[in-house]
Parts: sequence; C-alpha cells; structure tokens
Amino acid sequence: FNTCFRTVEPLEYYRRFLKENCRPDGRELGEFRTTTVNIGSISTADGSALVKLGNTTVICGVKAEFAAPPTDAPDKGYVVPNVDLPPLCSSKFRSGPPGEEAQVASQFIADVIENSQIIQKEDLCISPGKLAWVLYCDLICLDYDGNILDACTFALLAALKNVQLPEVTINEETALAEVNLKKKNYLNIRTHPVATSFAVFDDTLLIVDPTGEEEHLATGTLTIVMDEEGKLCCLHKPGGSGLTGAKLQDCMSRAVTRHKEVKKLMDEVIKSMKPK
Amino acid sequence: MEVGMHTDSKSRAETGAESGPRGPGCSLRHFACEQNLLSRPDGSASFMQGVAEKSREQLIRNTCEAVVLGALHPRTSITVVLQVISDAGSLLACCLNAACMALVDAGVPMRALFCGVTCALDADGTLVLDPTAKQEKEARAVLTFALDSVERKLLMSTTKGLYSDAELQQCLAAAQTASQHVFRFYRESLQRRYSKS
Repeated sequence: FNTCFRTVEPLEYYRRFLKENCRPDGRELGEFRTTTVNIGSISTADGSALVKLGNTTVICGVKAEFAAPPTDAPDKGYVVPNVDLPPLCSSKFRSGPPGEEAQVASQFIADVIENSQIIQKEDLCISPGKLAWVLYCDLICLDYDGNILDACTFALLAALKNVQLPEVTINEETALAEVNLKKKNYLNIRTHPVATSFAVFDDTLLIVDPTGEEEHLATGTLTIVMDEEGKLCCLHKPGGSGLTGAKLQDCMSRAVTRHKEVKKLMDEVIKSMKPK
Repeated sequence: MEVGMHTDSKSRAETGAESGPRGPGCSLRHFACEQNLLSRPDGSASFMQGVAEKSREQLIRNTCEAVVLGALHPRTSITVVLQVISDAGSLLACCLNAACMALVDAGVPMRALFCGVTCALDADGTLVLDPTAKQEKEARAVLTFALDSVERKLLMSTTKGLYSDAELQQCLAAAQTASQHVFRFYRESLQRRYSKS
C-alpha cells in the first residue's frame, strides 16, 4: 500500500513525513546525506575528485593547458568550468547539446569561481602577454539524485586542491616554453567556497540537501555559497516561492555549519593523501 | 550621483506614464512605462529604467512561474519575449519589471505582482540602489532581487561578488522599501491607462 500511495500521491506522502519533521529516507529536515570524497583518482588529469552526496555522484577533472592571455588582462590566466549532465545519470536528460540545467549549472560554477576568487587568475600567468595556464574543469554527473550544485562545487574545490602544475620557464633564446615535469607545485587556493542547497516545500518549509524526488516536488530552491569567513559568494534563488528575511537567516546559519563539516572532511582526505 | 536619462518624451504615447522626480529617501532612477504597444501579442509593455543567456532566462521564467496561476489555464503556453532596447545598468531588474507589466497587460491571472530591484555594494560598503552600468562594474558586489507585492517576500535572487550576511540583510531591507515605489508606480500607470480608455 505504501509504495502505491507514494506513486499516486507523492506530495501527500511527503507531507505526512514532513509533519513529523523528518523525511522518507530517515533524515531530519536539516540533515545532509552521507558525503564522501575521493581525490586524485584520475591519473591522466592534472587534478581530479569524485564526490558522492548520498546517491548523487559528480566527478571533476582538471586539465591544464597553455594559452595566450586575454588582451585586456595580459597577466591573467583562465579557469573554464563545464558541467555535463549526460543521459547516463538520469532518464530526464537526452543526448545532444547541453540542456538548460547543464548550462545553468555551468554558469553557476563559473560565477562561484569568479565571485569567490578561489584562484587568483594572476597566479596562472607564466609570462605576461605571452603565455598563461588555462584550467579546464570538467564536471560530469554520474548519478543524478538531486542537489547537483552542492556536489559540483565540492568536487571542483577538491579537484583544484589536487591540481599540480609543473614549473614552466621561457627559454630566452628560443622563446619557447620549457616544462619541468619533475618540479610540480600545488595551486594557491585562497578561499574554500562551500555550497548549501535548500528546497522550499509548500511555500513555508525549508529542507536541506533535497534528493531528486524532493526537488521535483518542491515549490522553490535556494543555494547559498559561503566561504570560511562567512562571506557569501552566491545567493542563487531562481524563482519559486517567496522567502522572508528571517527564513533566509536560518539558511545562513545552516550554511555556516555545513561549511565547517565540508572543510573538516576535505582536510582529512588531503591529510591522508600527503605522504608520497 | 544623479543621472538624468529620460530622453524619449517626444515619442511617448498618451497612455504612457512616468514616475516623478526622485523624492527624498527614494534613490531609484526615473522610470517610465508604456503598455499595449504592439498590436499582435496579447499584451505588451516597455519598461525603461534610468542576456539572452540561459541562466537569466531561467531566473525570469521561474519567477513568473511562481506568481502566475497556471492551474487556471491548463495545456496553455505563455511565452514572454523580452527585447533589450538599451542597457544602462540594472538590466535584470528592468526585465523583471517589464515581464510583470506585460503579464498584467495580457490579463494573465497572477497571485501577486513582482518587481526587480538591484543593489550594488561598492568597495567601502556603501549601498547604491538601482546602479548604472558604470556603478555596477566598479562595485564589489551586485545583488538583484525579485520581490512580490503581497508580503515583499524574496522570490528570486542572483548575486555577483563577495559580501557578508549583514550586508545581504541590509540590501534586502533597502530593496523591500524601494519595491514599494515600483509597485506604486505600477498602480498609477495602470490607473492612468484604464481611466483614459
């Protein structure tokens, strides 16, 4: 009977759980799913990370290439993110050009990189006006079960922390770049932006880390990206039911706690990888 | 910093409306609105305030979806086409205002009106409402909000740059006060239109 009810009246089914302040998968309204991160699994990439938020799985691979710096900013490099939601992660995506959700997610990640100044683009410059690094960050979703933005942000951060760039010197005589693969340096990651997403139910209730089904039933979503000093890089609320200032404050405090959780997890993983 | 920008007084039709000069306490630029300009679509409005990128479209679409009573019109598609005539800053807010006025002009049933307000925070933390393009570029953070007319709740928000939680609350409060002026302007503009016909 329960499964029938869930299929026929999903919203009512959910409302019964929400009345008891919990969700069908047993979580409380402010609880995140189990988060796991695996860093450095792709050996062909300069940096990589795999993040799992419950069932949602996102893998990020960073490749570094050379490019000429932009003419209006000759001392800056580029960071180019791209989020791919292939048909394999969910039946709601078709093969072909990127759909709206993938484009919006790519734009979101680009905004987070730009606003949070996670990497100083000047650090990516090798020779002003001539040569700079471009970091292609490819985020691929392997399993879509809601809350894709949080998983992507975390995967990007972990992958960038894993990136090692070889030292490059410009040979004076030949004017060619010489890459020293034996000497590699980690990137200077200046801030650690962490995303916390919420779904709004029935215009009043806010739940954290929505699954795919919850996102579908929700009347609105909200994503807050915060760095370690409590500064906000992004407040992404693409329409949906209205929120009062007070509700927004509650979300902020939850975002602060989440940032601590994620930072702790990432520090543990990086520490466990260090001895080489 | 005051920027006078109303230059199309000659082409304004009788049904158009204009807001008064900037009163004390209101730092929004002058705005004007015309309705029913185009004969073909069901409703149209132009909103002049002092991307067709996918994400901007998604923001506007989701805001409209939240207020339009779609259940009254099943199997219906409502297309909102926004054409930017000129961009002098606060583009997204202007698009939201135009979309709302056009939906009203078309007679689409809505549960509330909405308006867009942009705030810019410059390097020393001063808040500027409705920034010009130059102010936006030089600002440390630019926040755009869509607020509803019933309880001034936050319908949509998109931000650029870094800012603190306190600054966010300050901007939101300022935007809520400013939205009153915009809603009052909607009301006057509609009254003027229907009283003439």
